[in-house]
Parts: sequence; C-alpha cells; structure tokens
Amino acid sequence: MAQALTRAMRDAMAEDPTVHVMGEDVGTLGGVFRITDGLAKEFGEERCTDTPLAEAGILGAAVGMAMYGLRPVVEMQFDAFAYPAFEQLISHVAKMRNRTRGAMPLPITIRVPYGGGIGGVEHHCDSSEAYYVATPGLHVVTPATVEDAYGLLRASIASDDPVVFLEPKRLYWSKADWRPEAPAAVPGIGKALVRRTGTSATLITYGPSLPVCLEAAEAAREEGWDLEVVDLRSLVPFDEDTVVESVRRTGRAVVVHEAGGFGGPGAEIAARVTERCFHHLEAPVLRVTGFDIPYPPPMLEKHHLPGVDRILDTVARLQWEN
Amino acid sequence: MTVQELPGAGASHRSTQPPAWSPRTDAAPLLPDPEPYRVLGTEAADRLDPELMRRCYAELVRGRRYNAQATALTKQGRLAVYPSTVGQEACEIAAALVLEEQDWLFPSYRDTLAAVARGLDPVQALTLLRGDWHTGYDPREHRIAPLSTPLATQLPHAVGLAHAARLRGDDVVALAMVGDGGTSEGDFHEALNFAAVWQAPVVFLVQNNGFAISVPLAKQTAAPTLAHKAVGYGMPGRLVDGNDVAAMHEVLSEAVRRARAGGGPTLIEAVTYRMEAHTNADDATRYRGDAEVEAWKAHDPVDLLERELTARGIIDEAAIRAVRDDAEAMAAALREGMNADPVVDPTDLFAHVYAEQTDRLREQAAMLRAELEAEGRE
Repeated sequence: MAQALTRAMRDAMAEDPTVHVMGEDVGTLGGVFRITDGLAKEFGEERCTDTPLAEAGILGAAVGMAMYGLRPVVEMQFDAFAYPAFEQLISHVAKMRNRTRGAMPLPITIRVPYGGGIGGVEHHCDSSEAYYVATPGLHVVTPATVEDAYGLLRASIASDDPVVFLEPKRLYWSKADWRPEAPAAVPGIGKALVRRTGTSATLITYGPSLPVCLEAAEAAREEGWDLEVVDLRSLVPFDEDTVVESVRRTGRAVVVHEAGGFGGPGAEIAARVTERCFHHLEAPVLRVTGFDIPYPPPMLEKHHLPGVDRILDTVARLQWEN
Repeated sequence: MTVQELPGAGASHRSTQPPAWSPRTDAAPLLPDPEPYRVLGTEAADRLDPELMRRCYAELVRGRRYNAQATALTKQGRLAVYPSTVGQEACEIAAALVLEEQDWLFPSYRDTLAAVARGLDPVQALTLLRGDWHTGYDPREHRIAPLSTPLATQLPHAVGLAHAARLRGDDVVALAMVGDGGTSEGDFHEALNFAAVWQAPVVFLVQNNGFAISVPLAKQTAAPTLAHKAVGYGMPGRLVDGNDVAAMHEVLSEAVRRARAGGGPTLIEAVTYRMEAHTNADDATRYRGDAEVEAWKAHDPVDLLERELTARGIIDEAAIRAVRDDAEAMAAALREGMNADPVVDPTDLFAHVYAEQTDRLREQAAMLRAELEAEGRE
C-alpha cells in the first residue's frame, strides 16, 4: 500500500504542476513511513518540502498556498500529531468555501497515518476519524486495499474540496495478497463497495478493519453464517445507498471500526441503517469497536482492537431465538 | 563534595571538545530601536511628500467617519457588532496604502477599515458584522482574505500565499494584520517561523492597541516590545508610532519593498491605542481609567497629521472642509447601504459546503424547502 500511495502522489505531481507535497520529514527522508520517498528528488524541494515542525503552520501555510491556486498535499506524520492543526482544519480549511460563498475553495489533501496494530507507543495510534467526520466541509476517506490507496488518493488530490485522507498504518506493508472477492474499481470519493457478498448479515467497515472483517467472514462460514462485507472507503460523504441495499438484503448488520464506540462513526451509521432499514431488520444494528479508552500501550493493544473473535461473538448475538 | 572532587572530574571527561558553534545570524541588525519611530513633529517631517500626505489625511478623516458611522449602526441594530478602530486609523490606512494592486491583505476581524481603504465597498466589508453572510466579497477579486475572527490564524495563510506566489514567480507581497493579544497565539509563532525559514515576502503588522479585550499588554507578554519577538525568528523587528501615519507609511513601505526584493519578512509593532471599547458589547471603564484615555486623545492620529500639514501649508481650511464633506458623503452612502434590509437566501445554507452537494445535504435542503413552503402557506 505504501508504494501505491507514493505512486499516486508521484503521478499527480507529474500531471499537475500545482500539486505540492509538504510536511515534516517528507523531503530528504521520504517521510517516517517513506510514503513520500523519492518525490523531493524527482520534483525538487519546492514541490516536496520539508517544513518546520509545526502542524498548524504546515496546514495554515497550505491554506494560503491553496488560496493562491496550488493543490497542497499535507502529511501529518501521525494521527495524534495532527491535533495542533485542528483550529486551522476546522475554522479555515473546512469553512473557507462556505465563508466565501464558493469563491475560494481549498483543494487540500491532508494525509493522516492513523490507527493502531503496529506496536506504536502512545500518541502514535489514535483513530481520530470521529473528529473529522463531525466537521462539515471536509471529505474523509480511508483506503483498505492497495488499489484504493492509489485510486482514492488520486481522487482526493483532484478534489476541489479539502480531503482528510486517513491511511491505515498497519496496512502500509500489506501487499495485494488478500484479494477482495468483489472487483476493485478505482473509486471516486463517496462510493462504498461490497467486498464480499453474503446472505446472513452485513459487516459494515472501513480502513484497517476491512481485512479483519474479511477474515471473520471466512471463519463464520464454519458457523453456518454467510457474511456480506461492505467497505465504506469514504466516511464523508457516506454512501448510504450501498449500505442500505446490503442490509435490506441480509436483514442484519454489524458496524466494525477501531475507533471508540461512543460518538464514533459506527453510532451514526447504525442510526442511519436503523432509520432506513427498520422494517427489514431481523435484529438491532450492533457495533464492534475499540473500547472507549485512550489508545492502550503496545502490549495491551490486542485486547482493544476489534478482532475476529469479537466480531464473531457479536454476529452470534444477531441470532434472536424468538 | 565540590565539583572538583566528583569522581571522574578533571581532564579526562573533557578529552573531547564540542563541535564548533556560532550563531547563524547576527542579531543586532534585527533588533528594533528602543523608541517607536516617529515622523510627525520631528525633523523627519521635512521630507514629507505633500501629495501622499494629502491622500493620507483624506483617508484618515474618512476612516474616522467610517468608524463613527459603523458604531452608530450597531446602536441602530443594523450591525450585530463592530470592533472600532478609532485611534488606530493611521495603522489601518497605511496598511492599505502601501500595497500594490497585486498584493494581498490579510485582515483580522478588527481591520474592516483597512479593507475599505484598500477599495472594498464598505457594505461588503461589513457583511460579516451585519450577519447576512460571513464574507461579503470575493477575496480573489480584491486580494483581501476573509476577515479572520480566530486570532492569528490568518498569518500562516499570508505566509503560504506569499510563498506560493514566489514559487510561481509572481511579484506579490502579503501584509498580515494582528493585534497585541494575537501575538500570544501559537499560529503567530508558527507563521513568523515559517515566513523567516522560507524567506517569504510577508509583512506582519501588529497593532498594539494596549488591550486584548480587557487584558493589558503587561499581562500578555514579558517581551521588551512585541517587535523584539522578530529576532527570535531571524527577521527584523520595527517599532513605530502607530498614530503617526507618515511613520507608519514609511516603515510599512520599507518592509514591503524589502519583501518584494526578496529580503524576506518583517515584523512591525505599531504602538497605538484603542480609544473605544473592544466592541459595543464591552465596557472599557472596568479595566482602564479616564486619565489614560485622555492622554492618548492628545496623541490622536487625525489631529497629529492635521496639525503638521496645516503648519506646513500642505492643507488649508478649504481642503479640510472638502475632505470632511467627502467623508460625510461616504457615511451617508454607508447608512443608505446598511439601511436596506439584506436579502438572505436560505438555500445558501447548503450551496457552498462542498463543490458537489452530498446526499445528506440534499436531504436536509429538501427538508428546509418543505418547511419554508409550509410557512408560506400559513
């Protein structure tokens, strides 16, 4: 996936001279995860810029650059390091189009490596998507496959709106060795995809939890469950129709994500599914999420992250006896 | 036990010397002068450009009248709020006048007068404060960024824009305005640091008007002056009398010239005073005394210039009257513009959130339309 992301930026920069990559360590080092590897060498330090270490400054400068017609791609290095930039993100990036009645859109892509499962110490593993999806004016996308990493990042850079591009850190090193069963079309922003068809229940998920859900779906076959898996790919906009169609077909739904459950994206999704599928539902919409705790230390993270067993236990709860 | 007696003390642990170190920049040229730079009432006034000073005078008088009119409009309920710049007009006017057409102004919420002096229609400039929409003008058309309410957050934008313009080979300078309170914000620090590292063509103008709402400068910073902060970032700091429009124009022009020539950013602290309350919602008598306000009244920016120009024969009674008549006409036009009820379009709520409306917003827009239709039927 890492290479797909690099390639997406490289191709975008080659096609469009207004695309600029910026952030801490993105130049000479190629990023701490090497996602920007080679870009400074190929396009020069003016197009792939090592900035001072200051997230508000990075994003704030990107706002000014976008005001002048550039397309900045900003790297935030780690989920929890993006928080100093929240004021810029929420008060300016998300609102500039609205404040200026459409006169000043900001085509900024904000790449945020997020989520756990890599044994990172604290402040390196947050699932911060709930903060972003609660902010009108931002698109929020997250790829789970190598193809989507490329396609979604290209779409994000091409978007005239700001996009928070959440990169699941633990999938950086994933190769295309867990092929989804559904065809992998290059998506635009806002299109979910049924990754696995099934009839018993729908698992609704995204990003780092997709491989876990697909694994759970395989394991569930032994229990006699044929699970459908929907990959949202985009949290804002939320492709309600794809989700609703699936749940109406299967009659049962479980939302799975790493972020905490209370006020997490799953709460919103469960509510919408309930509103639109109430008469099709055989059971309440359930959620499998991270616990409502600060991200745990590496030696405990396996207890926190939704795994196959927790998903299967929850799926079992969908079977109402009466 | 003394340090000399510690085990291992002595020559052995000093067998290596630290690598040679030297400061990267000589700090001395960056330091501001101890006293604010002044022109009016000094020998420097001998070289005033009469043409420019007549223009400044006209703009100052208009600016004073604009402030009075906007404050009156808050009392009539036509403006939700107005942060006055009475006493600070010299800063506002000079900031607008030193910029070329292609340059950009990044105002704070208090700087509507600078935007108006740059040529923006006064009614458009007041849209935010009237409440019909956040920004009443196209920023690109006027090269005036939206008035920024969050403090100092517009400063990194100015840096980014100036940097982008330079990357494109365009001759553009960005002038960013902020108050004394805003210098405590992280974005102020980050913007100055970025600008200096990138050598971006930016001028930072701090209007030190004495108070951040009610908090005096002494509780805001322990720095000798706000201009001193420049040294820490590696840019020159200039201290200037913010009520002296000739000094403001000279110092700002020099900084703009420097930025344009590739010399990088400058931090300018204009020492001025906010004669009125923070906004009409504030009671200034709770945090400052009459004596202080009276002392600043004697140093009024309009009077200062008027006295100097009259003494030098650059303006006379007739010129002053003409300028005042012009300002009255501006105020009348502003009153007329503001007395018309703004037309607000409820569908605007959903029109400019994204380039393409999401299903969610379409649904909500339909809900609002139905509500409006129901209201219409009642």
